[in-house]
Amino acid sequence: MSHHYDVVVLGAGIVGAACALEFTQAGMRVAVVERGVIGGEATAAGMGHIVVMDDSPAQFALTRYSQLLWAELAPTLPENIEYDRCGTLWIAQNEEEMPELQRKYIYYQSLGVPVQILDSSGLTEAEPNLSTSLVGALLVPEDAVLYSPAAALFMVQCAQKMGAKLYLEKTVVRAGESEVLLDDATMLRTDRIVNAMGASASTVTPDLPIRKRKGHLIITDRYPGFCRHQMVELGYLTSAHSVTSDSVAFNLQPRRTGQLLLGSSRQFDVDNGFVDRSIVKAMVERAQRFIPKLSSLSALRIWTGFRVATPDHLPLIGAIQGDASMFVAVGHEGLGITTSLATAHLLLDQFLERTSIIPLDPYSPSRFSVTEAHA
Amino acid sequence: MNYNFEIVVVGGGPAGIAAACAAAEQGKSVAIVDENVGPGGQVWRGERTQQGKCDSTSPSYWFRRLKDCPLIRQFFGWRIFDAPAFGILRSEQQGECIELGYKRLVLATGARERFLPFPGWTLPNVMGAGAIQVMVKSGLPIRNKRVVVAGSGPLLLAVSAYLRQHEANVVAIYEQTSWINLARFMGGITGSPAKLVQGLQYVWKTFGIPFRAGCWPIAVHGKDRLQSAVISNGTKQWELACDYLACGFHLVPNIELASLLGCRIEGTVVEVDSLQRTSVDSIFCAGESTGIGGLEMSLLEGRIAGLASAGDHIGAEALAQQRGKMLRFASLLAKTFALRSELKSLSRPDTIVCRCEDVPFELISRHNSWRSAKLHTRCGMGACQGRICGTALEFLNGWIADSIRPPIFPAPLSSLAVDRENLVHNHLDT
Ligand SMILES: Cc1cc2nc3c(=O)[nH]c(=O)nc-3n(C[C@H](O)[C@H](O)[C@H](O)COP(=O)(O)OP(=O)(O)OC[C@H]3O[C@@H](n4cnc5c(N)ncnc54)[C@H](O)[C@@H]3O)c2cc1C
Ligand SMILES: Cc1cc2nc3c(=O)[nH]c(=O)nc-3n(C[C@H](O)[C@H](O)[C@H](O)COP(=O)(O)OP(=O)(O)OC[C@H]3O[C@@H](n4cnc5c(N)ncnc54)[C@H](O)[C@@H]3O)c2cc1C
Repeated sequence: MSHHYDVVVLGAGIVGAACALEFTQAGMRVAVVERGVIGGEATAAGMGHIVVMDDSPAQFALTRYSQLLWAELAPTLPENIEYDRCGTLWIAQNEEEMPELQRKYIYYQSLGVPVQILDSSGLTEAEPNLSTSLVGALLVPEDAVLYSPAAALFMVQCAQKMGAKLYLEKTVVRAGESEVLLDDATMLRTDRIVNAMGASASTVTPDLPIRKRKGHLIITDRYPGFCRHQMVELGYLTSAHSVTSDSVAFNLQPRRTGQLLLGSSRQFDVDNGFVDRSIVKAMVERAQRFIPKLSSLSALRIWTGFRVATPDHLPLIGAIQGDASMFVAVGHEGLGITTSLATAHLLLDQFLERTSIIPLDPYSPSRFSVTEAHA
Repeated sequence: MNYNFEIVVVGGGPAGIAAACAAAEQGKSVAIVDENVGPGGQVWRGERTQQGKCDSTSPSYWFRRLKDCPLIRQFFGWRIFDAPAFGILRSEQQGECIELGYKRLVLATGARERFLPFPGWTLPNVMGAGAIQVMVKSGLPIRNKRVVVAGSGPLLLAVSAYLRQHEANVVAIYEQTSWINLARFMGGITGSPAKLVQGLQYVWKTFGIPFRAGCWPIAVHGKDRLQSAVISNGTKQWELACDYLACGFHLVPNIELASLLGCRIEGTVVEVDSLQRTSVDSIFCAGESTGIGGLEMSLLEGRIAGLASAGDHIGAEALAQQRGKMLRFASLLAKTFALRSELKSLSRPDTIVCRCEDVPFELISRHNSWRSAKLHTRCGMGACQGRICGTALEFLNGWIADSIRPPIFPAPLSSLAVDRENLVHNHLDT
């Protein structure tokens, strides 16, 4: 049997789901292939923090664009997606971190992101359980949290209602040159292919410059009202950037259910999903500096997941050279829930050859030469 | 606090006690850990020593043997919640946390009741058959209360006998399996006088209570509290006024700790060889966590595991000869009390399946795997980690539960941390 589509999306994580919905809404004939459960891999492991980050101008542009797209979508999202515009508090531990807080404040403000600086007492008022030794924080009120697997499922279902075809529990074995072969021998013919297979993307598109970065998360029992904002330590980026060693940073998220989700750790070159209790220890100790009471709360479970990272911490969004039908959307590292919507928009812009709201080049896969990819 | 032992036994039921005694009698330092405040597990819970008969299957006998072993250190009231690395168990008692180190481990974590959802099953006073027994043991007044006992398995008779002994008004016992299966079962145990005597004793102790096979509960009525239970035999249904419905559908092994430790699971039981060795080196498993086989089998397996873990392979192998007969009984049990397919369609769309997260059947039935349902409906994500709904859905939808994630019971965040040095020998990478 043969089928013809305008675009076939490989993988129904949050990125594939967002693409499927965006392309279908643009009137394209779309198919999505998912080997397991929709949103069942990195998307199920992630924290679902919709956050503007300023590691680089390109990262800022992509995350801000996405954050606004989520805000636009929010009123249409069903209850079970748990979208909550709780805002982010970037917390400074000591006076040495205050200049960085100032810099971040000025940067966000100059680019039109509403922000507010809280001093020590303002911070205690906002989050009474925080340690009083903390000196201040930057509040980004437009950041949000959501439950990402539900968001992925919702987007796929919307796309299906508008005519997209879902191939569930089918594995892509080969894709390229306008053809996608599934493990049940079904051959899909299509003008374009979007590889959104997350950590498995290289199995279909070889030589992608991506690496896995393991992360641990801990979820607690229900403590309604324990905290109100997503809280992240200002030193997060310094820690997130350490490529040589395992790193841990304070990152706490209130869930709609009253549960708390505690992150976060980053480890390169660990392939197993084993819960490393020494990493857990580091996470809990780190968190305790910010919220002394936290360590007595009851943990329900701990899990791990893999972020897919590129050398410059920016995703690969766009065409693959040498195959006019082939596109990728991978490597979103710790921001794929946030940036999924912008990713879909940028790809559609390329399909329709229209100008994007933000420049495409920083995310173009061709920025890494082949030799670099092999390094 | 850290304690180190040559052998740690998790579970203080018959299997655990037998294992601990057998190992300590070989001169090993042994710890026995159970979350209950005293030894006995499910069947001997709350029994005291020096009471009644004293043969080698009686609690008196084993409690005394346990007491007489100076090499056994008892940790009753302690629950194992995590196994952070090979050689380390974490245990907790009201927020206090200790670490138990072992060279060899015997898991004797037993079994629990299986619950199936049906309309009204979450009403107060609808409880497990074993659960109501536990509650009576810890003081629930049951005298003259009307109790309907329903579900499946030998436990129904045992509990009915117990309740009657405590002057409850046991209205009737409903066993879902057919008379034919029960007759085959009786035929199958004629070769084992002990089982036959035990069976007849229960029949005697429940004499006069109407016992019906081929019947099962389909709903309960009541506003805030149970008022009546509706029973069906497939063609007819009738309603019985009652104060309690004691309802469990046979037993399922507790495999969570074994699974966390990386031991291979075969279907729903921990896989072991004839010396009770699991797939993980130096970890043994005995009793009902390897399959539902009754008291004698738990005792025998416990003794085998105790000897084998202490290095007495000859002794263990000699005992293992007796396992065959017990295994036949276990498979007879499984066949007899296999659940009928009618039980799969008891839920209505609004029947809650996951009690922790309040997830109704209609939401779950839109999914085609446990993982998908869990991820998208939160079913099984609550404090019990799917021990109840996961077990039910295994039967209802044929779903295989997700791999277990630590901790196996909720525990304070601080108690989950482990120093890196202690993880060096970890070979739990799964
Ligand atoms: C611990 C942790 C915390 C995080 N926190 C956040 C956060 O707070 N905010 C944020 O924005 N991001 C966060 N992230 C990152 C985010 O989770 C990921 O970037 C995002 O989920 C990636 O989505 P994806 O669709 O690319 O990948 P995935 O969700 O992995 O989806 C890929 C899909 O492709 C399917 N697939 C693979 N191979 C095949 C094949 N051959 N055939 C068919 N299907 C296939 C897979 O089954 C899978 O469903 C976090 C990540 C981790 C690990
Ligand atoms: C609710 C219930 C009631 C029963 N009542 C009867 C009865 O009246 N008569 C009868 O003949 N049979 C009864 N049985 C059957 C009975 O289980 C077996 O006959 C026999 O007791 C099995 O022995 P065992 O040692 O294998 O397991 P169990 O007796 O189940 O012992 C396992 C022990 O391990 C402990 N444990 C498990 N996990 C942990 C952990 N993580 N940390 C600490 N401790 C842990 C449990 O608390 C339990 O005490 C009952 C079973 C159940 C489930």
